[in-house]
Amino acid sequence: MEPEKNILDMLIVGGGPAGYTAALYGARAGLSVLLLEKLAPGGQMGTTDMVDNYPGFPKGVNGFDLAMQMKECAERFGAKTALEEVSALELTGEVKLAHTPKHIYQARTVVLAMGSHPRELGLEREGDLRGRGVSYCATCDGMFYRGKTVAIVGGGNTAVSDGLYLSRLCDKIYLIHRRDKLRAPLPQQKALEQAGNVEFLWNSEVTALLSGDRLSGLRVRNKKTGEVQELACDGVFIAVGQVPDAQLAVGQVACSEDGYVLAGEDTRTNLPGVFAAGDLRKKPLRQIVTAASDGAVAAAMAQEYLDGR
Amino acid sequence: MSVLTLTQENFEAEALKSEIPVLVDFWAAWCGPCRMFSPIVDEFAEENQDKVKVGKVNVDEQPDLAGRYGVMSIPTAILFKNGEIAATLVGLQQKSALEDLIQ
Repeated sequence: MEPEKNILDMLIVGGGPAGYTAALYGARAGLSVLLLEKLAPGGQMGTTDMVDNYPGFPKGVNGFDLAMQMKECAERFGAKTALEEVSALELTGEVKLAHTPKHIYQARTVVLAMGSHPRELGLEREGDLRGRGVSYCATCDGMFYRGKTVAIVGGGNTAVSDGLYLSRLCDKIYLIHRRDKLRAPLPQQKALEQAGNVEFLWNSEVTALLSGDRLSGLRVRNKKTGEVQELACDGVFIAVGQVPDAQLAVGQVACSEDGYVLAGEDTRTNLPGVFAAGDLRKKPLRQIVTAASDGAVAAAMAQEYLDGR
Repeated sequence: MSVLTLTQENFEAEALKSEIPVLVDFWAAWCGPCRMFSPIVDEFAEENQDKVKVGKVNVDEQPDLAGRYGVMSIPTAILFKNGEIAATLVGLQQKSALEDLIQ
């Protein structure tokens, strides 16, 4: 396969809020911009039912609707999207290459905006049982467990908001957390405690998924007492954080031990012309608004880099 | 051929008795990943209309169909061949994963 002749000013990998904000700022500044997305616009945001903490939407906004609007914003100034999965990136040269099954794209700058995905527990049969009792999306699958018993694993924002959502649908909920307290806004914690059908298992971890054809329960170990118990449940919702999707860049840009791309507030990586925006960047707060912010900064830095060449 | 809306009423005739394989996408309006998956399924249907029929089941409106096929997570895509389940994919998929199913 021959590389495309045209060399783009900016190539963006990933179509979440970071990617589309970089596309908007880049295209509006007059750069030629192509965004590559393997699935559909939105990334993690696209899977969110109601976004309540992105400014400008007093009634909240559906994550997928917001994604389509961000895409439109970028396209208004000429940014293009190609739904193609990148199989390899070559980032070290002055002209950078992105390989997809159909094309080899060339660009002078690259914005890495691949985001992150939900972490798995890493237990045996976890993959097989997905859709048969194991879920990573409470708003997607909660209704299949109406009136049933489910467990949530985790203790952060996602686990707590999943808990609130499921407490209204399910008969009984176990919240299994490895620490002895939650890490979520206090009003939400209080609401969860007051829901009445949530039992908290502190200092506990899931050591096995019990199953026949589908999930039937969990084996849970209390880390303090060493006590092991088996909980019968119809479903388990796993909310134990995120894993950065930086694999394409590993070995070329500097990453932290836990796999995030190392770039400061200016989104610059150790490679000239390569920027990291959104959830895959090592940073203290991962939200739609901070992803969008990174995207804007990355586009400005890319423009500065192109001007200074 | 456009994407069919499958219901209790037409499922047997359209999906189970089809001459060619049928890909069925179980979805709901409130499910974000389903909304992301929908245009991917549409594009797949458009590009493979000679090889496969594509239908969608709204699980809110058709809970019995979802129950019959044990759908407990959406989106779920099930490929039927000669009335039998030939493959099941759970969760948001790339178009290439759908293409692999019918290779």
